[in-house]
Amino acid sequence: MTPKARSIVVWTLVAVVGAVCWAVLALSRGEDVSALWILFAALSSYLIAYRFYSRFLARTVLRLDDTRATPAERLDDGADFEVTDKRVLFGHHFAAIAGAGPLVGPVLAAQMGYLPGTLWIIVGVIFAGAVQDMVVLFLSLRRDGKSLGQMVREEIGVVGGTAALIAVFAIMIIILAVLSLVVVNALAESPWGVFSIGLTIPIALFMGCYLRFVRPGRVLEVTGIGVVLLLLAIVGGGYVETWGLADSLTLSKETLTVCLVVYGFVASILPVWLLLTPRDYLSTFMKIGVILLLAVGLVLATPVLQNDAVTSFATEGNGPVFAGKLFPFLFITIACGALSGFHALIASGTTPKMVGKESHVRMIGYGGMLMESFVAISALIAASVIDQGLYFAMNAPAGMTGGTVEGAVEFVNGLGFTLSPDQLNAAAAAVEEELVSRTGGAPTLALGISTIFSDAFGGNLAAFWYHFAIMFEALFILTAVDAGTRVGRFMVQDTVGNVWKRYADTTWKPAAWSASAVVVACWGYMLYVGVTDPLGGINQLFPLFGIANQLLAAIALTLCVTLFLKHGWTKWVWVPAVPLAWDLVTTMTASYQKVFSSDPTIGYFAQADRYREARDVGEVLAPAADASQMATVITNSTVNGVLQASFAVLVIVIVANAAVIWVRALRAGSLPTTEVPHVPSQLPPDGAQEREPVGAGR
Amino acid sequence: MSALAAVRRYLRDFTGESRWDAYVERCEREGTEPMTRRAFERHRDAHRERSTQGRCC
Repeated sequence: MTPKARSIVVWTLVAVVGAVCWAVLALSRGEDVSALWILFAALSSYLIAYRFYSRFLARTVLRLDDTRATPAERLDDGADFEVTDKRVLFGHHFAAIAGAGPLVGPVLAAQMGYLPGTLWIIVGVIFAGAVQDMVVLFLSLRRDGKSLGQMVREEIGVVGGTAALIAVFAIMIIILAVLSLVVVNALAESPWGVFSIGLTIPIALFMGCYLRFVRPGRVLEVTGIGVVLLLLAIVGGGYVETWGLADSLTLSKETLTVCLVVYGFVASILPVWLLLTPRDYLSTFMKIGVILLLAVGLVLATPVLQNDAVTSFATEGNGPVFAGKLFPFLFITIACGALSGFHALIASGTTPKMVGKESHVRMIGYGGMLMESFVAISALIAASVIDQGLYFAMNAPAGMTGGTVEGAVEFVNGLGFTLSPDQLNAAAAAVEEELVSRTGGAPTLALGISTIFSDAFGGNLAAFWYHFAIMFEALFILTAVDAGTRVGRFMVQDTVGNVWKRYADTTWKPAAWSASAVVVACWGYMLYVGVTDPLGGINQLFPLFGIANQLLAAIALTLCVTLFLKHGWTKWVWVPAVPLAWDLVTTMTASYQKVFSSDPTIGYFAQADRYREARDVGEVLAPAADASQMATVITNSTVNGVLQASFAVLVIVIVANAAVIWVRALRAGSLPTTEVPHVPSQLPPDGAQEREPVGAGR
Repeated sequence: MSALAAVRRYLRDFTGESRWDAYVERCEREGTEPMTRRAFERHRDAHRERSTQGRCC
């Protein structure tokens, strides 16, 4: 058989597998459906998309040119710019883009059933998310690795650029706050979790000192030690009661908020070698390990989906996890895994400065995002294989369940599910945690992973696996908080440095400390808003987080459309324009509803008005328990509404500014851009090059 | 090369651990005296300090 014939046979088989899986998912109603149909529908779709669509993008649309030297080759300094093996860079890029987002969003969206989330994650990543990542990486690559903000300023204009700068900073603050909220909700009243996660700090410090003073450079060795210590920390958490530590480690959400804020500040001003770098090694290895383990576990356990394909919450918009109908709220709840604007910051950050050949953009940009999508699909499956009564008991805010087993059972049964106190207590006992109103997605995912791993690998280890999963999520959220605060600090220093030069010096401690304090105060305040909100922090803040992330995607895709038109690639402008149009329709509709809806469960201002009117006549509305909580709801909802409106306005400003350029470019056929002229590459076709002696690495 | 060796090599490249070997080889080839491992790694730490990359959500 010729290679071509073999290729046709192989791809036909992949297509048939995918078609069968999709057909089963489309036609199955009211019967047992194995989760593997979703898994293989996703995998076959990714393979086909990578093989055909990304190749079309690489060859026909972007015309990736390996004869052109990349910034890594031209500007190679062994540090910021450096040619890196594409497989290694793929790993770095994936570790940077994949965090808690693809795990949390799909878990929350499972309230609408397994099918809407599955469709959006797979279709979204193929035609929007992976396209955005690949195109932004390519555009930055052609501009010496410039950042998203720089490119918007230079290619669209100062107004758009300034709006983009503000939007990026504000969106990052919301993202850090919501990620922290996920950790707070997972660790509140959980001495086991606090013990295990708390120990990650001394473990990382030990690793940092080991690498600095004892055995410099032995990263694998110290990571091995760190992973063993982490596992011991998880096992040790099971003995906190025996050791008499349970009471002192049972922390409220408010206490955890203070701990996290203090931690965030201290971690962001410590030298990176002491805490950030070693914990990054741990979280990256844990991330990749758990994802592989989950894929194997799913195949071995072959779990059956417990939720409906589409629930009534999708059409009626009255779900307890978050309010709103499938359109537009599914598309902003699941961001990472389908389309995530934050990736554009990574794709225009370190990655483009390390790409050896332009053709590597396909694997790193498109392939990396497909991999993240696979993580999201695994999370959706994990949330869908647990009993749905249990799912809603865990994910409904305490204001709805009363925070008690009896209240949760009554609430869940009122939704039409069957759940008994014994079932809920048994599930809680199995993982040795309280499960009522454990919102945020992390505990639900942990329960799903625990269920899958227990079935797949046997043994009476449900509690271990639950806390293993919590540790896995908390680890990289803490890394994201630390790194995000540091990046925010650099942004503040850079901005203030425009008017006060010395402030931009990142080694000047007063500037570094005060800028860190500003960033931590911003996300700390939003975290506090989420933690104290009687309506439920996740319920209130997650839509803001999702919309913010998708608005960032709108900024990135607007840049892509602008550059396609400026380059005169009008024929292919639909490639970024279609996802941009979809993203703008969903995010602007969601923003409009969150700001202007008269339904108090959706509109922030309607919510504030309802509580204000009640307060003015001396009433207390549930779930607020007193006048002070009424005031909290009014303040929080107003703050959320103002932020929501501001984000949308910033994006409208950027798109309006870009539209002027689009018209000019269309009239002129093309416009000059900041693309660096072609310089012939001296590297061999695979882009391999001997490394410079001292490099950045990670 | 066995699969295990390939994985180990990838991980050493991924973590940047193999950079030291490349640096020493290069110094040998050029006949220059390499800096100590400790100094080499501190140089890399200093670079990381200046160029933290954000982590996505």
